Amino acid sequence: MNNSGEPGKISFATKKFRFSDWFAERFIKVVAFMSIAFVALIFIFVFREAFPVFRMDVIQKVGSENLVQERYGEEPLTPATANPVSGSDIKVSKPSSTLLARVWMPVSDNPRYGLIPLFLGTLKVTLIALLFAAPIAILAAIYTSMFAKPRIREVIKPVIELLAGFPSVVIGFFALMVLATVFQDIFGYASRLNSFVGGFAMSLAAIPVIYTITEDALTAVPKTYIEASLGLGASRRQTAFNVVLPAAAPGIFAAVILGLGRIFGETMIALMATGNAALTSINPFESVRTLSATIGAEMAEVVFGDTHYSVLFLIGSLLFIFTFILNAVSEFYFKNLVIRRYQSKK
Amino acid sequence: MNRNRKDIIIESLTGISVLLIIFIIVSILAITIKGGWPNLTWKFLSEFPRDGMTKGGIFPAIVGTAFMTLIMTIAAVPFGVITALYLAEYAKENSVFAKTIRFAVKTLAVVPSIIFGLFGLGFFIGFIGQNMDKIFNGGVLKWGQPSILWASLTMALLTLPVVIVSVEEAIRTIPVEMREASLALGATKWQTIKRVVLPGSVTGILTGTILAISRGAGEVAPILFTGAAYYLADLPHSLSDQFMSLGYHIYIMSTQSSNVDATLPIQFATTLVLLLLTFSLNAVAVVLRYRIRQKAK
Repeated sequence: MNNSGEPGKISFATKKFRFSDWFAERFIKVVAFMSIAFVALIFIFVFREAFPVFRMDVIQKVGSENLVQERYGEEPLTPATANPVSGSDIKVSKPSSTLLARVWMPVSDNPRYGLIPLFLGTLKVTLIALLFAAPIAILAAIYTSMFAKPRIREVIKPVIELLAGFPSVVIGFFALMVLATVFQDIFGYASRLNSFVGGFAMSLAAIPVIYTITEDALTAVPKTYIEASLGLGASRRQTAFNVVLPAAAPGIFAAVILGLGRIFGETMIALMATGNAALTSINPFESVRTLSATIGAEMAEVVFGDTHYSVLFLIGSLLFIFTFILNAVSEFYFKNLVIRRYQSKK
Repeated sequence: MNRNRKDIIIESLTGISVLLIIFIIVSILAITIKGGWPNLTWKFLSEFPRDGMTKGGIFPAIVGTAFMTLIMTIAAVPFGVITALYLAEYAKENSVFAKTIRFAVKTLAVVPSIIFGLFGLGFFIGFIGQNMDKIFNGGVLKWGQPSILWASLTMALLTLPVVIVSVEEAIRTIPVEMREASLALGATKWQTIKRVVLPGSVTGILTGTILAISRGAGEVAPILFTGAAYYLADLPHSLSDQFMSLGYHIYIMSTQSSNVDATLPIQFATTLVLLLLTFSLNAVAVVLRYRIRQKAK
């Protein structure tokens, strides 16, 4: 008699209590709950490894720094350069105090974990990628949903969505081997791999994301809007840009935001095509190092539990928080906007 | 119809955007095929790398990718199917619990793949693996280091949303009448799910599995430090071994190889193999999904 009679669904009030049914429902619910648990676990474990950054003090830091130095020996460790003012150098007392420095130099006598060049680099690449991806993807979506004949539409959509199936390492390889050379021939800049090449390659990863969601948003606009506009004598172009596009605007914003999240966290393309030098410059043809590429390039070479290790996890936490917020904004704010818009006007 | 020049220019601009995207897709394919096809021989597919990875084939990378995706599938598909069942069959549309699950799945889908790598390192290797070593192995390092098991589980987490979304879509195409018929005949809800809903969504489960494999085979960032190896002289024998993977192979060969130019044919051929693999899997998934949608109409 204990079977859950859910409102709106068929009631089991007259059926006998069955253990298998009771167990199946509980089990399925627990497994479904695990998705929430996974997100929480990601939060906890990425933060847990990042947290020690703020508690490490000078003694621990000097110790681990020397360890790093001897292990990798990027610069020969001579007695003269090895911490000439050992112990009395209070300026770099805490690793967390160097986070706002302008230099990212994690492996050196005096390691500095300045995140500013990484932030600026990520921002630059993201902007370049978005400048390519957003207009192309949105225009292509407009063509697909407004101008293309139904039969052509059936072909275009799956073909463009194939691009989403390209592994990012393949796009990165294409950028590294082909795009970098082609762009260098065209623009004639000095460093072969730079934020422009990386940004363009990343736009290829973001285009299918923006395209698909924009196309869905445009298609969701009620047909009556289009018919009314065409009936008043507007051309298809006028209808598309003055009626359908504004009506679908929240959905398109959500698409761009998700595309932004895709670019922001992209690792393999950044590793392979941006050159990976942590410079602070606004020149798009100079090499950059993004946040995610820094994690990808350096995590394999750090000592477990070291300061550098924790700082990389801190970068990961920042990336996670940022994409989490982007997702929440697109999910709650824009979706509600879309729903409200159509409900109030129908 | 009022078609002036402005209309034509703007309309063609949108058309050009479509052509540009298709042009890029075709050129990636064409260049990869052109560079990789001459080298794509049976020998290349069945040999180990030789001479400091400047010659030979990619056999261990293919096997490693296959093993990794297999373990990943075993972990991700049951989880994904059950979660999809909950969302489609049990959850009340507006309950906070169901909404939270949906949001969590969405979050898993948009979190950058490198974060999964960090999570695998911090949770699977640093927490579970090292504690397993402490408890079962007396502190001897076996599980507390990168391995194919941890890499596969990390990848399973990444592909979980792919499975959930496909399966849920398929479950929702099964007509309510079929469920009602089953219930009217006296079947319980679980019997209905077992005998009507699950058999009816086999295609959807297959689509989700294929999409997950295609995604998992191509991702590199999550396995960078959870199990992928630069070079191994042997295939992985146990779950605690490291493995070679196609995507990781492309990455290291093109950026960290001792002689990038000499190994160019190997790089192109490896890229072609990976691209053909993910491409054909995606094509199968597109066809299956099309069939599901046709059936639903």
